[in-house]
Amino acid sequence: MGEFLHQLASGVALGGVYAIMALALVMIYQATQLINFAQGEMAMFSTYFAWKLIDLGEPYWLAFFATVLVSFIGGVVIERLIVRPFANAPVLASVIVFIGLSLIFNALAGWLYGYSVQSFDSPFTGKPWFGAGYMSAHESGSIVVTLAVLALVYAFFRFTPLGLAMRAAAQNPVSSRLVGVRVGWMLAIGWGLAAAIGSIAGMMAAPIVYLDPNMMGGVLLYAFAGAVLGGIDNPFGAAVGGFAVGVLGNLIGAYLVGDEVKLSVALAIIIAVLVWRPSGLFGRRLVARV
Amino acid sequence: MSAPILDVKGLEAWYGPARALRGVDFEVEDGGVTAVLGANGAGKTTILRALSGLIRRSGDIRFRGRPIGALATEDVARLGVAHVPDGRGTFTDLTVEENLRLGAYVRSDRQGVREDFDRVFGFFPRLKERRRQQAGTLSGGEQQMLAIARALLMRPHLLMLDEPSFGLAPLVVAEIFRVLGEINRNEGVSLLIVEQNASLALDLADRAVLIETGRVALSGPSQAIRADDAVRRAYLGY
Repeated sequence: MGEFLHQLASGVALGGVYAIMALALVMIYQATQLINFAQGEMAMFSTYFAWKLIDLGEPYWLAFFATVLVSFIGGVVIERLIVRPFANAPVLASVIVFIGLSLIFNALAGWLYGYSVQSFDSPFTGKPWFGAGYMSAHESGSIVVTLAVLALVYAFFRFTPLGLAMRAAAQNPVSSRLVGVRVGWMLAIGWGLAAAIGSIAGMMAAPIVYLDPNMMGGVLLYAFAGAVLGGIDNPFGAAVGGFAVGVLGNLIGAYLVGDEVKLSVALAIIIAVLVWRPSGLFGRRLVARV
Repeated sequence: MSAPILDVKGLEAWYGPARALRGVDFEVEDGGVTAVLGANGAGKTTILRALSGLIRRSGDIRFRGRPIGALATEDVARLGVAHVPDGRGTFTDLTVEENLRLGAYVRSDRQGVREDFDRVFGFFPRLKERRRQQAGTLSGGEQQMLAIARALLMRPHLLMLDEPSFGLAPLVVAEIFRVLGEINRNEGVSLLIVEQNASLALDLADRAVLIETGRVALSGPSQAIRADDAVRRAYLGY
């Protein structure tokens, strides 16, 4: 029983990371109907930035918030310079751009920081805030951080004029422009936000999965499974899906298939959802009249 | 006579390579109502889209004396041109209130916005009852009211409407046109109305333009247009 609770708790902690990563994917998907395959490598690169700042002696939380800010700006710049020119390109062209971006960030990180695995300290030390005995201090802290991110993102989209304009621009760009919303900028801000919350996912994942240029590959796969499970067009569903995938992956990995093939659980979930319930648990079923 | 609020000369517009407007001239008086009439496919909707910069256009377009022919859609809107598009442009997944808040998106005068909310709820009490409802669940007439209310929250100088009567029950159409008349008379908002229902539009308008295959076939004071034999037979049906 203790072992089970332990697996459950660490599943929830990892699931939180998947949840905010899934949220980053959904934010861009809602506006463009595209999955940003570079989201994981962007988050990884941000995490290296935080690691470098901490390595230079900056306090953790200063490094944390500086990284979130720089990632936001980086996301905006990437959208403006690299993604924007492909706005009207066929889907496959955009997919290739995203894959190219992810390779660039991966190589850039290896070139700048090396390919050896680095440890990344957690700001949460000592006793865990809750769940003592079943989870580490970092896991409890990570759960709090991911819940805070989810709450902030929700409040931003629900209660601020800018959040409303971003939702409107994603839904009905023409009507948005007719009331004066600068739709192009909304998309850029969306990329910035996705990069910023991705960086938080990276920094929360790094103490668990360690820091190396390929650290986010598995995380992105789980996040994608979470987004598909919850419904790729539904931020709430994606967050729930992320948590569910974290827990499921951990339990199935521990009790059924073993850690070696744990990653294939994510793929199995993706395939199962697409076969039986393509719109996900909370997604809207799209029916087109033909 | 004061200068027109909207002065359009030689307006051309394209859908891809196809030219849809071939040199259209007309004006909207400051505080006036101009009706754009014509058959399906004549280019009426295209005129509004071209003015808003939603499609490629050329020609001399002046709004309050200022050339707007090269401006992006959002900048035309920010100058005070509200466009109620065909199909109403409802944000279907958002609530009625959020739709209205978007109308006031570029405004920073909170007090004025609050007053304007009360004002449009006065025009359309049904929107107030349904303010928390998802806009996509409204009836067609209610969505048309919502689109007009959203446009009014922009505090526009010029309100452009694309077939506000389309697909609506006669009673609802009467209500909407009554409100449009009130907005024009009491608040001095100039109107540019594209309508299939010529007789309805001519009742409200002081000027009218008749469009045929992308050109102005006839224009002038609405009384003169109404009296024209060809218009009477083709568009008014008597």
